[in-house]
Amino acid sequence: MIELYAPMTQDMINSLKVGQSVMLSGDVYTARDAAHARIADMLQKGEPLPFELSGCGIYYAGPCPDMPGRIINSVGPTTSSRMNAYAPLLYDLGVQFVIGKGPVSGEVRNAIVRNGAVYFAAVGGAGALIASCVTAVEDIAFPDLGPEAVRRITFSRVPLIVAIDRYGGCVYDNR
Amino acid sequence: MRTISGEAVTQAVRQLFLSACRMPERGALAAIESALDKETSAPAKEALRQLVENARIARQTGMPYCQDTGMAVVFVELGQDMRIEGNLSEAIQEGVRRAYEEGYFRKSVRDPLTGQNTGDNTPAVIHYDVVPGDKLRIFAAPKGFGSENMSRIAMLKPSDGLNGIRQFILDSVRIADGSPCPPVVLGVGIGGTFELCALLAKKQLLRPVGSVNEDEALARMERELKDDINALGIGALGLGGPNYCLAVHIAKYPTHIAGLPVAVNFQCHAARHGSVTL
Repeated sequence: MIELYAPMTQDMINSLKVGQSVMLSGDVYTARDAAHARIADMLQKGEPLPFELSGCGIYYAGPCPDMPGRIINSVGPTTSSRMNAYAPLLYDLGVQFVIGKGPVSGEVRNAIVRNGAVYFAAVGGAGALIASCVTAVEDIAFPDLGPEAVRRITFSRVPLIVAIDRYGGCVYDNR
Repeated sequence: MRTISGEAVTQAVRQLFLSACRMPERGALAAIESALDKETSAPAKEALRQLVENARIARQTGMPYCQDTGMAVVFVELGQDMRIEGNLSEAIQEGVRRAYEEGYFRKSVRDPLTGQNTGDNTPAVIHYDVVPGDKLRIFAAPKGFGSENMSRIAMLKPSDGLNGIRQFILDSVRIADGSPCPPVVLGVGIGGTFELCALLAKKQLLRPVGSVNEDEALARMERELKDDINALGIGALGLGGPNYCLAVHIAKYPTHIAGLPVAVNFQCHAARHGSVTL
């Protein structure tokens, strides 16, 4: 099993190949539909963003509400293709990797290749398993969005699959 | 006349969702485990292994199996020889409200235009049938939208026939690809009108995974479609292999001489539902 630590070095990203199973540790920001709409709006208006995009990882996810005794409640990935409209710009602005689920558009794939980034798939529906890999959570922005708020979560060895590598190889092609 | 209080309905609905939102039904979990045994794709095998582990962790911690605890869909069979004290619809909504609050389930319901979250996961979608007898039967089905989004309906022509239906279902699967969190269950409605056809498809998702259709011709069609879908090779989580589809459930209803409606409702591997009779 390949162990990865975010943020990753470019050499590390370059060494990843489509279809590989990896264990990722480190920080990611949760953001899904509504948070992406806000970020796109802020970028258009030239407003400062609530977190630094350059070198960061984004996790397309919206957890269940906090429950007593747990660091975070169930938090699996959501469908990546709904963020197709936003993803190319975010990769261009320095996002290093995205974690989501399912196929994405050709434009997104091109942006991944152009920027030497990587797209990981988490297992859709494995919310409890993924929550058990979270060691810390911090609220970052848009608390009014409820489950769609941006939070920084720290993973310890979350299991992922390299879905699109930096060369454009895509796991959903190889069937 | 037999009377049931609104509060009894609220408590029953609350209990149904508290339990259903946490864990897929037994038949679906068993089907995932047997899919793991016959998996041929390495990444899909790893994904299925994680799903089995996910169920174990959910059971152990009380966290929901999937964070998308859905929009609450409720089917009610109301016996015509009984009465409900109070407002039945409001009693059901209150049960949903309490379950999503007490269960720490995600509130995923929003105004379709303003985006404003309603804050308590209501309103639920409620379907009523009036039936003979003096019992009240309630089915609870929290529905995630990763799979709901992939659902489709078509008003085919009578000349399209069985082959047209088959093509439409396979096309729907190709378009959905790995997005609806396969292994999926497909609910299929054939016939009726535009809206009834979709409802037939949705209701088929209440059938336990592994159950056999009582109509022999439909049972055969279900087996054949499942094999054809799995032969496409999209696989569990879209990662290849023979495990895209756990079951196809089909219902039909007579339709107009000019039409042939067909609807496909996708259900992800978190096939969650429960029922109670009061």
